[in-house]
Amino acid sequence: MMKSLDTLYSKIKNGERINSEEALNLLIHGELLDLADAANQMRQRLHPEPIVTYVVDRNINYTNVCASGCLFCAFYRDSENPKGYVISEESLKQKIEETLSLGGTQILLQGGLHPGLDFDYYLGLLSYIKSNFPIHIHGFSPPEILFMAEQSGLSVTDTLKRLIEAGLGSIPGGGAEILVDEVRMQLSPKKYRSEPWLDVMRKAHQLDLRTTATMMFGHIETKEQIIQHLMKIRDLQDETGGFTAFIPWTFQPDHTRLNVKKATAVEYLRVLSLSRLFLDNIDNIQASWVTQGDKIAQASLCFGANDLGSTMIEENVVAAAGVSFRLPKEEMIRLIKDAGYQPRQRDCFYNLMEGK
Amino acid sequence: MPKIPFSDKDLLLIQKKISNGQRLDFNDGCILFCSPDLIGKARLADYIRKTRHGKTAYFIYNQHVNYTNICKNYCAFCAFSREKEEKGAFTLSIEDVKAQLLKRSGEPIQEIHMVGGLNPSLPFDYYIELIETIKKLRPGSTVKAFTAVEIDYFSEITGMSVSEVIVQLKKAGLSMMPGGGAEVLNQRIRQQLFPRKIGKERWLEIVKTAHENGLTSNATMLYGHIETIEERVEHLITLRDLQDQTGGFSAFIPLAFHSENTKLSHLPRTTAFDDLTNIAVARVMLDNFQHIKAYWVMIGESLAQLALSFGADDLDGTIIEEKITHMAGARTAKGLSRDEMIHLIRTAGFQPVERDSFYNHIENRS
Repeated sequence: MMKSLDTLYSKIKNGERINSEEALNLLIHGELLDLADAANQMRQRLHPEPIVTYVVDRNINYTNVCASGCLFCAFYRDSENPKGYVISEESLKQKIEETLSLGGTQILLQGGLHPGLDFDYYLGLLSYIKSNFPIHIHGFSPPEILFMAEQSGLSVTDTLKRLIEAGLGSIPGGGAEILVDEVRMQLSPKKYRSEPWLDVMRKAHQLDLRTTATMMFGHIETKEQIIQHLMKIRDLQDETGGFTAFIPWTFQPDHTRLNVKKATAVEYLRVLSLSRLFLDNIDNIQASWVTQGDKIAQASLCFGANDLGSTMIEENVVAAAGVSFRLPKEEMIRLIKDAGYQPRQRDCFYNLMEGK
Repeated sequence: MPKIPFSDKDLLLIQKKISNGQRLDFNDGCILFCSPDLIGKARLADYIRKTRHGKTAYFIYNQHVNYTNICKNYCAFCAFSREKEEKGAFTLSIEDVKAQLLKRSGEPIQEIHMVGGLNPSLPFDYYIELIETIKKLRPGSTVKAFTAVEIDYFSEITGMSVSEVIVQLKKAGLSMMPGGGAEVLNQRIRQQLFPRKIGKERWLEIVKTAHENGLTSNATMLYGHIETIEERVEHLITLRDLQDQTGGFSAFIPLAFHSENTKLSHLPRTTAFDDLTNIAVARVMLDNFQHIKAYWVMIGESLAQLALSFGADDLDGTIIEEKITHMAGARTAKGLSRDEMIHLIRTAGFQPVERDSFYNHIENRS
């Protein structure tokens, strides 16, 4: 066993790709510190400069009304629920102004699949923001795009084209959870399956719209299914090259209808480092301080992560599941320096901002 | 030792010394603390940890009792202490302590960990009665109580020698001492942070006396405030020297400073890198300590879990009623269940072993 793992590590060191079976072997049998070393080496090869990046942005959730009813979600309300909302123009304006005043460069615009909103609503939202504020819109994960396409009767490509015209700058990788239909049928039977998710990303990349990819694990999935997910992302990236970053995070079970044990920090770090090793064609691996807290996020920098994500002036979805870590920009900078790296603010495309 | 892919080559020299069975010195300690190669340090510590304990990770089912927070020492780093008339000041009567224990009488508690402030209105008899009461209600549990600071105080209020105090406490049922009150064994830091509390010489004298009288104890270091790297290393070497003489230390526990509600509230929280470094360096430097504890109350259960790969072999206890660190803003839970503890250890790739105060294994109960 040890011997075969050693062979795997040297394979990775030589820049060779590992296959699913080898990845599974590492995920199950790899020693934590061996995975850290291998991931760290690979990260150094891809990012020779000792820099850790972060972005200053805010999540804006335009609605929490959602027809999906996913078991893992503590954020959504159905359309009858008095706690359902659609964001007002005033509130949207105030949130964006605050983001800009804090040095923010982008907003992450996401929401539920609200049956009462039509395609013009989303186009209007984008145009309003773009005509009033100099800010990048990272918005609408694939399920939202699919929902809009369905409502408007347009193809995915045409839907994306209209959104791009209205000001959409990039797409977040949310709604991926685990891209294996067996898992999706159980967790989110009403949500789109894995092939449509991948197809939105493919079409977006073909239109030069960059996106991230995510994975939410630590619920009902098996280790094999984690690898299947990573494989689908890697294959699509081979095809399009459109993913800027991969962001794995762990499911937060509180206030959801899924009664499972929360994945622990070491389980997270193992998957994080394996993601770095397996996704040799994706430049950036982002640590999830929102789900892991600042301490494990900092430790992630030894396990293949080169980006700490967003300072997140506002976050609602994970907070609804009972987790609310805070990480202001100054603290982000302190943690990166303390880990021996140079902190650099970046934009959505991982370009370093000047003079920071 | 296997080949380690150090990114900091200075660690190679340290590895060589360890392989040759040479003791690490002050300089080595400073190199270790300052090295940016966190995984390299982890590897050294993990090697030593696995040599001593394999894949075993210990925890204990315990209960904390804090008998008073009234304290005449006014240490700058403490959020727990109160003056006698101050809001929030408390002193538990013997009946209160009884009630606290009885509330959990159905639980298989192995150890009562008890510390408190130096409260001038309590007579020595009170402490004797505390221990006797606990032993009566929980004859099977170990009483681990009173830091060197409290023992010194008992000697002061009774006029008895430290030895006599310890003999009396032992007779009442005391079997072990916790490691607190050492902070950083250094005069500069004492003058700035805890001028009224006993200093290095007295702390060492009391712990030595306790060990000579057959009590084991833990040792701690409070880090993450005003101490320098050199002062940390001196502290570790001081403890190592005493351990050479007495062999009475059971575990070393690095304690991450929490600044909220203290006079040092401007200081930031310790970072994961520093927390893990403290664990790893302690494991590597303290070659005569059997156990290194990752105290989850202070660094969080996630980081404590990770620390098992950075030299720690013990996650301390299940606790439930932690007060001292939570009054200083700890964001951790106040207790972990046995199942949660076992889950943390297993998913970190280690084998959980429930222990008593002396690291005897507790057989599995259903």
